[in-house]
Order: sequence, then structure tokens, then C-alpha cells
Amino acid sequence: MSTIRFVTGDGLPAFLTFLARNGRRVLVPVEKPAVKSSTVFETWSEGKPFSLQKATVPAKSAVLPQCETLIRYKKSKNPDNPSEVSLNLDDTPEATPTVVFACRPCDARGYAVLDRPFLHGPYADPYYRARREALTVITLTCSKGCDTCFCHWTGGGPSSPEGSDVLMTAVDDGYVLQAITTAGKELLNASSLPDGAERFPLAEEARKRAWASLAPAPDLKDVPQKVASRFSDMPFWLHWTERCLSCGACTYFCPTCYCFTITDEGEAMSARGGRRLRSWDNCMSALFTREASGHNPRLSKAQRMRNRVSHKYATYPENWGTFSCSGCGRCIGNCPVGLDIREIVLACVRHSSDIAQETQER
Amino acid sequence: MASKTSSSSTDLQTRQISKPATDISMRHTLSPRPMMPGNPYLPMPATVTEIIPETANIKTLRVVLEDDERMRDFKFQPGQVGQISVFGVGEATFVINSPPSQKAYLQFSVMRAGEVTAAIHKLSPGDKVGVRAPLGNHFPWQEWKGKSLFLVGGGIGMAPIRTIMLHLLEQKGDYGKISLLYGARSPRDMAYAYEMPAWLDNPDLDATFCIDQPFDGWSHKVGLIPNILLELKPNPQNCVAVLCGPPIMIKFTVQALEKLGFPPESIVTTLEKRMKCGIGICGRCNIGGRYVCVDGPVFTWKQLQELPPEI
Repeated sequence: MSTIRFVTGDGLPAFLTFLARNGRRVLVPVEKPAVKSSTVFETWSEGKPFSLQKATVPAKSAVLPQCETLIRYKKSKNPDNPSEVSLNLDDTPEATPTVVFACRPCDARGYAVLDRPFLHGPYADPYYRARREALTVITLTCSKGCDTCFCHWTGGGPSSPEGSDVLMTAVDDGYVLQAITTAGKELLNASSLPDGAERFPLAEEARKRAWASLAPAPDLKDVPQKVASRFSDMPFWLHWTERCLSCGACTYFCPTCYCFTITDEGEAMSARGGRRLRSWDNCMSALFTREASGHNPRLSKAQRMRNRVSHKYATYPENWGTFSCSGCGRCIGNCPVGLDIREIVLACVRHSSDIAQETQER
Repeated sequence: MASKTSSSSTDLQTRQISKPATDISMRHTLSPRPMMPGNPYLPMPATVTEIIPETANIKTLRVVLEDDERMRDFKFQPGQVGQISVFGVGEATFVINSPPSQKAYLQFSVMRAGEVTAAIHKLSPGDKVGVRAPLGNHFPWQEWKGKSLFLVGGGIGMAPIRTIMLHLLEQKGDYGKISLLYGARSPRDMAYAYEMPAWLDNPDLDATFCIDQPFDGWSHKVGLIPNILLELKPNPQNCVAVLCGPPIMIKFTVQALEKLGFPPESIVTTLEKRMKCGIGICGRCNIGGRYVCVDGPVFTWKQLQELPPEI
């Protein structure tokens, strides 16, 4: 039997205080009232109000910050021989031990998607690794689906443990916490939370109810081949991206998008020095692949959307054996023109004999 | 928490085990090649030792790694690339165009096109740069033993051809006839002009040079590379064609080679793409599921035909 603990709703702040011990950064969902209100992850501190709503933006930045320093560089002179100048490069990763608290299974599965290229490709990314190894993920299982989310299409579900260290499920009088990994087990064992084994059946029932509330998922078994075979069907991609503004909201809100850019700032050969930065980038932008010569392999928005959908549903599966989409639905809910990746994927699946007819209809 | 951080690799292992049964390893393996050790984002400090002006917009720079030991132990294969850093400006990717036998320096030829290349053109001997290398795959010269080679370089595309040509000539005995067709817009656009007389005189090399338009004093061929190629009629029998140049040249040269009877697996090219990480993550240089920075830059035409048409 895995480690199971129980916490009441009122007991959560004390649990967060425990999590925040020893300088640990605890990221919690916080509601931001505004004309368009949102829920974002922020660092918790004693007394800070928090929410258990699904966050508007996933906590991807816990492992891949929107902007981070890869290398600091500066010039230094040899005090004994001032004409001798050397360049100092510092590549120490910034990695604070962190707990992500109350993300959802789709967000936690996002970490698993990122782990593959960042840790298991030909080169391991040392910055990502440092933060990932210092990260503990406590995931709140979902009690029901929503109009835009579709985790169960992509291999997940409302209580999927993938990417999580602890699963937390709401029951009548509080929350049941179940350790998934050794790290999660150690964390729960170190806490003073009481045993929750006798309430675990209630949590299991809640999880079953959540599963039962979902509409059946379509069969996406052949999707990688079907999406790949649509590659050269330009009318198809033009049709599906007619409304696209290339704004990149879909990539910004995505827990599995990881394209980045590297840029320099500051003066290298000064005593003040400069930095090499890594920042989130956006494959929906025409500048993303534009070469210095002016040549651009993905000049049109149709080509860029084709690349985004193909990466998630064809080429990442080709390389790693699973979709790089966790079905969180944020790209659908946040698209200013209402593009729905589910519709594009399903359209790819439709039998190729339909293509001619569809093209005619268009 | 301290214990967790220190035993972190075990934690990640545990995480993997807890996942649904999906294989986390990459489904295709990369060809064996020398790889940059350590933090792949951390450039090796290097000093510019020489700048050779080639044309109005091409300069060649020679650099030496600051760490003597790393310089001495630096190994690469012909066709592999490096990222040159101008600190404060950024990085860009270039082929190492000196042959692997050249242990004194690494040579890169740079056409001025964007911000980083403009900054490289402003460098002088003694300036500090960074080098991340070797990256990418290489020309499969071991597989070519016993065959003839027909090398085609267009403009700055001569840079990777130079490295593999010099490498092959060093072990001429293992190969059949080695031919070179090097073309540029005009004589003024030809990098390595000072080496061309020696290439012509080399008894082991059959070199042909061409320019697009007639030019005063030019004693070699005039015409576009694909047309000169059809005129030269290299025999496709037991021969590998290796080409590099701008996309339009590649397109028509491949057509010419196919007309001459070269099968797609005997046509080898090396590609350029915008790159940032150089290690297969950042998402820029992919053609379908393959990344030019790790699965390339060297591909056979057959391999490219099997990838989505997005070059």
C-alpha cells in the first residue's frame, strides 16, 4: 500500500507552511480578479490566499522559466599584468527547490512530455535537469471534465499519475493525498498529516465519478500516420488556419510547448559583462524560422500551424512514442479566433478519400 | 529536501517507473560521432588567430581554443559544425572547414548576412569568441571507400566541400577518382581563390571552376553549375556526388545528377537551417521529426525524399 495521508480544507495552509520549510518555493494557484479574471501560479507565503481552481497558465515555468540566464560572461584583467584579459563564463543553473501545489493531471503530464527531449535526447539539458530534480509535483485530480479539455484523448485522464509525485483527491471532508513516487512518499512521511488509508476508497470513488463524467474519447490510434499523411495537403492547412492571427496564445498557454530562443544582452568585453538568455519562443511567429538570408521554411501561418499540430500529433510521437499534447484545452479556450486543435486532429483522421470532397466544398 | 536533491537521479528514475508503460528513450538512434562534452550550451572560450578576407561579404576566421588540453584533444569529423559566439551579440552555426588533420586551429568561413555574421566580420586577431563544437553528424566517408567522388560546391557552399575534399585527398589511395566542380556568381565571389591554383595542379584532383557570366580574364568555365555538370557528365557508376550550396542550386543540381543516372542514395548534401540550441530541442531546424542539428546536417537525397518537403 502506498503512503496515503489526509488533510482537511482548513488544514491546507498549515500543510503549505510545512511544504515551504527549508527555503522551498511553493507555487500555488492564485486568483487574479480583473475584467477577464485568471488563476496563475505564484509563490506562496504565510497568509496568502490561494485557489484550487485549474490555473489559466500551467506551471511550466517551474521547469522552463519564461526567461532564464544560461551563461553570465564578463571580462577580467590579471591584476599583475593588466594587459592580460580573460573571459569568465559562469553557467551555474538557477534551481530553487520547488513544490508545485494543486496543478492538474494535464499540467503534470506536461512535465513528462518535456522530460523526454530535455533529459533523454542526445544531450541532457543541465538547466532543465537541475530544476526538474529539485521539483516535487502535488497534483489535484479533477472532479469532472470541461468543454474544452480532452486529457483522455491523449493518454491521460482526470486522475492520471504521470508526472506527479503526489495525487490529491477531494473527498467530503477534505483531501486524500496519495504518494506516487519515492519523492512524494518521503514528502508525505515527513509531514505531520494523519494517515488517510481509510478514506482512500472515497478518493477512488471520486476518481471513478470523474472518469464517468467524460464523453467517450475517439480512437486516436492511427493519428500520427494520418496527421503525417496530411502534410502535403496545403488546402487542408490553409482552410484550418484561415482565421489564425499567428498570435501564439496557443503556445504561451500550453503545458507541453517548449520551443525556445537564445539571445545575448549586455556587453561581453566589459567589467559589467553580459548574459546569454533562454526565453520561451513561439513557433506561430514568422520570425521563428526566418534565416539571415531571408529564406524561411515556414513562411505562411498554414505551414506554421501544420508544424505545431504535426509536432504534437505526429513527429513527437514518432520520436518518443506518445503525443506531446496533454489535452488541457487551454489553446482552445484562449484562442482569440476560436481555433480548436481537436477539430484539426479529427479532420486529419477522416479517411483520405474525403480530402477531394472537402477541398471541393471549400 | 537536501537529501532529495542529492539523490535526485534516483527520484527521476522513480518518476519514470511510475509512468504508464511508455518507452522514454528516443525511437531512432543517432549515428556515432564525436560530441561536445559537458554543458552543451557552454561555449569553449577561443581566440581568433587569423582573419582571411575572401570576398566582399565572406571572411574566413581561424580560432584556437584557449584551453590547450581541449585544443589538443579536440576531435571532429568532416561535415560537423560549430556554433560561434560573439559574446553580447549571439551565436550562429558554421561548418568547420579545416580538415580534421589540421590540429593547429579550427577554420570557419562566414558570409555576412545577419547580426551575428556582421559582428564576426568585425573581429580581429586576438579577439575572444566562444565555440560550441563539434555538433551534428558528418559525411560518411568511411562508407565511400573504393568509390569515386564528385564534389560540387556553390558559393559559400564550398566551405563544407573544402573540408571533405581535403580529408579525402589525404587518403587518396582508398578512393577512386576525386572530382570537384566549384561555381560562384563571379570570380569576385569565390572564396579560397588563393587555393584554387593548387587544386588545379593537384594530380589527385580533377577540378573544374565555373562562374555564371563571362568575366574579363576568366579562363575557366562559364555557366550555371547544373549545366556545367551535364557538360562534364560524371559517370554515376560506383560514384557518390556530394553537394552544398544555396537551396535553388541544390534543387537544380540534384535534377541534373538524377538525369545523369545518380540514384538518390548516392547524392549527399549538407543543409543549413536557423538554429539556436544545436542539440535537438529548441524546435527551429526540424524537417518533420528530424532535426538538422543532430540528425543532420548531412543527409542523402534518399533520406530527404523520405522526410516532409519543408526545406
